[in-house]
Amino acid sequence: MSSGSIEKPVAAPYAATSNSVRRVMVIVMAALVPATLFGFWLYGWPAVYLWMISVAAAALGEAFCLRLMGRDARTVLGDGSAWLTGWLLALSLPPWAPWWIGVCGGLFATVLGKQVFGGLGQNLFNPAMVGRVALLISFPVQMTAWVAPLPIFDAAAPGPIAALAITLKGMQPAFDAVASASLLGFAKTEMARGVDLAHSLLQAPLQAWYGSRPGSLGETASWLIVAGGVAMICLRTITWHIPVAMLLGIAVPAALLHAVDPARYLDAGTHLLSGGAMLGAFFIATDYVTSPNTPRGQIVFGTGCGVLTYVIRTWAGYPEGVAFAVLLMNSLTPVIDSYIKPRIYGRDRRGAALEPGK
Amino acid sequence: MWGGAARPVVLVGQKVLKGQLLAQSQVHISAPIHAPVSGRVTAIGEVTAPHPSGLGLAAITVESDDTDRWIETDPVADPFALAPEEIARRTAAAGVVGLGGATFPAAVKFALGKRLAVHTLIVNGGECEPYLSSDDRIMRDFAEQVVEGARIIMHAIGARDALVGIEDNKPEAMAAMAVAAAAFPEVKIRPVPARYPMGSDKQLIETLTGKEVPADARAAEVGVLVHNVSTCAAVYKAIRLGQPLVERIVTINGAAVAEPGNIFAPLGCLVDDLLAYCGLKEVPARLILGGPMMGTLLLHGRVPLVKGASGILAFTAAEAAVPEAGPCIRCGSCTRACPMGLLPLEMAAHIRAGDLDGAVGYSLSDCISCGCCAYVCPSHIPLVQYFSHARGELSARERARLRTEAGKRLAEARLARLERDAREKAEVAARRKAERTAAKARSGTVKPEEETT
Amino acid sequence: MWIAVLSLTFLGLALGTLLGVAARYLAVEENPLEAELQALLPGSQCGQCGFVGCAQAAAALARGEAAATLCPPGGRAVAEAIAARLGIKIDLSAVQDDGPLLAFVAEEICTGCCRCSKVCPTDAIIGAAKQIHNVIREACTGCGACVERCPTEAIGLLPVPVTVPHWIWPKPAIT
Repeated sequence: MSSGSIEKPVAAPYAATSNSVRRVMVIVMAALVPATLFGFWLYGWPAVYLWMISVAAAALGEAFCLRLMGRDARTVLGDGSAWLTGWLLALSLPPWAPWWIGVCGGLFATVLGKQVFGGLGQNLFNPAMVGRVALLISFPVQMTAWVAPLPIFDAAAPGPIAALAITLKGMQPAFDAVASASLLGFAKTEMARGVDLAHSLLQAPLQAWYGSRPGSLGETASWLIVAGGVAMICLRTITWHIPVAMLLGIAVPAALLHAVDPARYLDAGTHLLSGGAMLGAFFIATDYVTSPNTPRGQIVFGTGCGVLTYVIRTWAGYPEGVAFAVLLMNSLTPVIDSYIKPRIYGRDRRGAALEPGK
Repeated sequence: MWGGAARPVVLVGQKVLKGQLLAQSQVHISAPIHAPVSGRVTAIGEVTAPHPSGLGLAAITVESDDTDRWIETDPVADPFALAPEEIARRTAAAGVVGLGGATFPAAVKFALGKRLAVHTLIVNGGECEPYLSSDDRIMRDFAEQVVEGARIIMHAIGARDALVGIEDNKPEAMAAMAVAAAAFPEVKIRPVPARYPMGSDKQLIETLTGKEVPADARAAEVGVLVHNVSTCAAVYKAIRLGQPLVERIVTINGAAVAEPGNIFAPLGCLVDDLLAYCGLKEVPARLILGGPMMGTLLLHGRVPLVKGASGILAFTAAEAAVPEAGPCIRCGSCTRACPMGLLPLEMAAHIRAGDLDGAVGYSLSDCISCGCCAYVCPSHIPLVQYFSHARGELSARERARLRTEAGKRLAEARLARLERDAREKAEVAARRKAERTAAKARSGTVKPEEETT
Repeated sequence: MWIAVLSLTFLGLALGTLLGVAARYLAVEENPLEAELQALLPGSQCGQCGFVGCAQAAAALARGEAAATLCPPGGRAVAEAIAARLGIKIDLSAVQDDGPLLAFVAEEICTGCCRCSKVCPTDAIIGAAKQIHNVIREACTGCGACVERCPTEAIGLLPVPVTVPHWIWPKPAIT
């Protein structure tokens, strides 16, 4: 009996993992769900709208570029990476920002941050952070207009219709009362006025360890972000190297300087739970495309992200530094990858063959 | 895998007995071929090679007379009384090659081991590819043959002890081998973790001895020699029974096979016949010679079983489905999976861009083609095919370079010859002229002025 | 203002002097490029590039007057080697390379005139007068010089047949 027919030769292996790019993206998005839902609850309908707008804009930007390149947008969008980029961007925005912030950010992220480099896998910088930094530099007022938490079912919270007005027309006077500053921003402003931390923190914006505080969606729900990140490590979607290195990179200098002068430097715990530290460590810096490939390279990269975050927060003009730190380290990723390589079996670290006698 | 071709020593129409020499090896790294059945030689020519190219391969076709009459064999009752060189000679004459897949002539390895004073023989029972179970079966059912074959090899290479590495998911094989080796303390059974690619020489050596084989060096240089369990059994048959290698155990598996199992198959029988013997539930969507990780694609089943084939897999469409390749997302899965510590994604990126030297810079030559990287790739990039392509191109380039150099030497030799010829011609002409003038001078007809011109 | 003018003048003079000194003392005596390029070429002097011989072709290459892809018998391999030595990027798809070629003699037409064996740059054709000639495969470079000389068109070039050991996996299609 005859079996099989002529086919195009395909090399071994003739078996493949069930893992796929799509599965990876879905796992990351699933890990973001608890934190996102908590953020929706905390900031109400405007946050929901902004999230939808950002995600849609990122996907549209990607689809537009794919169409320009004559590629099939539907299959590429199906890998989920554009949606994830929009989602991560939304988590880093002020929850009550107007609609065009989401649109511009989403388009910046996928068009400028990703597709101009050639699409998935080719970009040098993390697309979501490119979007966020472009927004922060272009629209500093809107990008620092934080609001105090106003849970979605609170009587004072805007309903779905009122929220639509906030998203479409910007902050309404009726809700001016909730405008607030994030903790890092507050501390920085007070410091600039000459008020040291010992005094300013007494009047600091409402702090709650579980995250009820002004900030972005991804900033407030730090513990849920950590939970999502740990779940991804358990599922082997990411490894522990970058998150641990980045958090240590923030915590160690913060603890040291806080011990030296508590009136000038915030403590390590505040640093870790504020700003996008957790989101950055578990979800942003661990982006496969823009981070090094080897465990040792990842530790260098993570440490760099952490220390730069701390440096920018403490001494630079911006109160928050995760996005800048990640982008700076992204630019170093090729350098790290070319210097830090795994040792090859039968060779020493420099690539020379081992001595047979050894 | 494709050594020097053997030269036929039979004629078409000739009657042959099982085990009779059909073709003699001509070069060093080559093995003779023996008749796997008794019968008549019907053709000497090309058949389709068990190779993804579907190209032809020189072959001798023997039609069986269904009697399986053996040629007179030369059994040895006490192989340990033979000189090591005699064992190597008999092994070579029996056409025994590495049956794990590399098909390197066993006797050549013996000589290497003897020369480099190998102290440890490693018996590879670390069959690790999914679907395959031929080595497991050999260890379970022919443990005595494996152990005695291993002891014969130890004698041939002068090794002090043998380590039999068996994956810890094969308890029956381990038990059978432990019983067979109980009387021989120098043969030690060692469980190894069942983790692909444990059957790779380098990984097995490292697991068993803690030694790393240096890059570009042979295992013998760290004092060990690796032989597969099936090879040990073949050496036993070659020496103790005097039987050349004419059959091998092969796993027939895959969801398209009705009754999967291991069978002793005569070498050279058609893959289609073996599949028909085990029964097919449906027309296979893909045929593979070897395992799913490192095996060879077969274009069709009308190809002969070769010595290195440890399995034949007939996959259904569902098993054969390969997901569409996508862009590399630099997730690093391949880097973590690579047992050699290479960076498959970087090598593939360079090859994709046509920069083969760049890939060589990432140590393409150290790749063992185990397929781990391509297996774990979430974008399903055919990484191994990139590497195979690059290796083929690089060796073609090297052949072209050698050819150019040889041509240049020939061209220079020709120019030198032409120059020499011209010089000699001129010398001859000058001599003739001189003789002529001398003759004329003697006859006194030449004027003095003319001589000066 | 004078300070700026003077300092810039000084800078210009100092750096210019440095460059001049460097040019004198670090100068490369002669251009070794030509010899190196000639070493890369097949050396069969077949003349298919349009130059008299390989040395002239190498000289033209070194002057930048010839394309790196000039050598038809060398094919892709030689073009790549030349481009690498010159440090230039070339479009290899322009190089016509069907793999190595070998000359063959159609025995039924060969008249045994010996013209081909006289022009073969590598002495790859054997055969006495009035005898059928034969090509030594190992020595033939596929330059094609013999093809033009044959009065009966009995010589042609054929690609070397691909064998199993020399078969190359195709490059995966780019997605």
